[in-house]
Amino acid sequence: MQQSNTAILEVKGLSMAFGGIQALNQLDLKVHGGEIVALIGPNGAGKTTFFNCVTGIYTPTAGDVLLTPPGQKTTRLNGLKPNVIAKRGMARTFQNIRLFQNMTVLENVMIGRHCRTSSFILGAIFRPPHTRREEQEIVDHSYAILEKVGLADVVNDFSKNLSYGQQRRLEIARALATEPSLLLLDEPAAGMNPQETQELDKLIRRIRDEGHAVLLIEHDMKLVMNLSDRIYVMDYGRRIATGTPQEVSADPAVIKAYLGESDDA
Amino acid sequence: MDYFVELFFSGLTRGSIYALIALGYTMVYGIIGLINFAHGEIYMIGAFTSFVVASVLSIMGLPLLAIIVLAGLAAAIWASAYGYTIEKIAYKPLRNAPRLSPLISAIGMSIFLQNYVLLAQTSNFLPFPELIPDFEFLEPIAHIIGTTDIVILLTTAVSMIALLILIKFTRMGKAMRATAQDKTMARLVGINVDRVISNTFIVGSALAAIGGMLIASHVGQINFYIGFIAGIKAFTAAVLGGIGSIPGAVLGGFILGLTESFATGYVSSDYEDVFAFSLLVLILLFKPAGLLGKSSIEKV
Repeated sequence: MQQSNTAILEVKGLSMAFGGIQALNQLDLKVHGGEIVALIGPNGAGKTTFFNCVTGIYTPTAGDVLLTPPGQKTTRLNGLKPNVIAKRGMARTFQNIRLFQNMTVLENVMIGRHCRTSSFILGAIFRPPHTRREEQEIVDHSYAILEKVGLADVVNDFSKNLSYGQQRRLEIARALATEPSLLLLDEPAAGMNPQETQELDKLIRRIRDEGHAVLLIEHDMKLVMNLSDRIYVMDYGRRIATGTPQEVSADPAVIKAYLGESDDA
Repeated sequence: MDYFVELFFSGLTRGSIYALIALGYTMVYGIIGLINFAHGEIYMIGAFTSFVVASVLSIMGLPLLAIIVLAGLAAAIWASAYGYTIEKIAYKPLRNAPRLSPLISAIGMSIFLQNYVLLAQTSNFLPFPELIPDFEFLEPIAHIIGTTDIVILLTTAVSMIALLILIKFTRMGKAMRATAQDKTMARLVGINVDRVISNTFIVGSALAAIGGMLIASHVGQINFYIGFIAGIKAFTAAVLGGIGSIPGAVLGGFILGLTESFATGYVSSDYEDVFAFSLLVLILLFKPAGLLGKSSIEKV
């Protein structure tokens, strides 16, 4: 596992306020190439808000979000539209699954792939040879991704008919189709049984080994502790601890946030 | 029996035009959840554009077929430009406003366009040139189904099949379906949602313009107000079939056209609208989401 020193994602002083509620408060975070980083914290700590700010769904009130795909220039993502950010190399999944329900598994992945290719309205109508070739490449590539996540035998099923675990993997496949240098996973193991979780563990490692950095929100502590190179702990929109799994699990602030303070302390 | 068949085909013709316009309503609704009340006016502008182009070309003495094709193309392109611009001016700035605001904006656009054409073209009914000639080989059955009917049916069939292919198999169609299902997610996988919305308006407007040209040459006259009635009827067809559903719009259009035709033929032409709208009420009573519409369950 080689870790490069350049940060793919660098977040500096990120703040997000909804009216009077400070959902994120001066948050700093870095993800390096080849890393799996976890973001944990009690419910309502602001983890998903963080994802929404980084992927362009919300525009943060203050701070910088900088993305540097390997070998490319740094871009400041604040205020960019989600589709532009996706093209820059960031993809995500959702805590509550958001697949295109009425499309087939293959179509879901192909959609993700489209942002890497160019085609105009006239090309779509008249379908010249290069458009068709491109389309074929998209199909082939999508099959390869589905193979990787273990959905090769259900490519033509409607995504709404998949099992819960399969839907989660399809969300990851769709995200991978956009060729992200950084993949954000929002509670990928939620609702999975232990066996599915174990497969997920393998899949995430494989994704990392293939050159995508991973930032995940997860409540399954066993998975987080096994998988992550580094962990950030949030509470009330602030970062309260960071470090390796060992360091974090020994940190008094973390224990306090999760278990509360005892009265006689 | 002949009378029945005649009414049937006349209803089919009428229905196919309703369906063409209804497609625009239903596509826009499916993507941004807006009833585009200015859509009927797009149809009217399509009819006027083809009127102007056809008049000029026939003075120049072009063959009839060339006139039909060129006038149709011009109408589709010009009306698409209107549809595109309307979306940019009247709806896009209100994308995140409460649902009622773009609706009011749409009604305003509709009134504006009507009066704009009224000023530019007077309120008189203008005679529309007869673009579609009578084919001689159809003479024996001309009392049942005229050449115009056949041309209209064929043109709408081709347009609908083209639309189906566009939506089902092209990436633009996939992007449209994805946007209709989940806009935020579509953005996150890199789809330029604004462009998809523009494309939807362009495609819907082109279909309406083709419908406008066909019906104008069928009826033989146009004025600034034709878009209103046609728009209401097509909207009814879209709701009947289940707004947001593309096969629903086509089905709704045909059902509405046939109902009107039979009501006119067997009862009285005064009752054509009564039957059409009674049918709408009946269907909505039993299937509130329309015939092919999905009843959405709001998750709390």
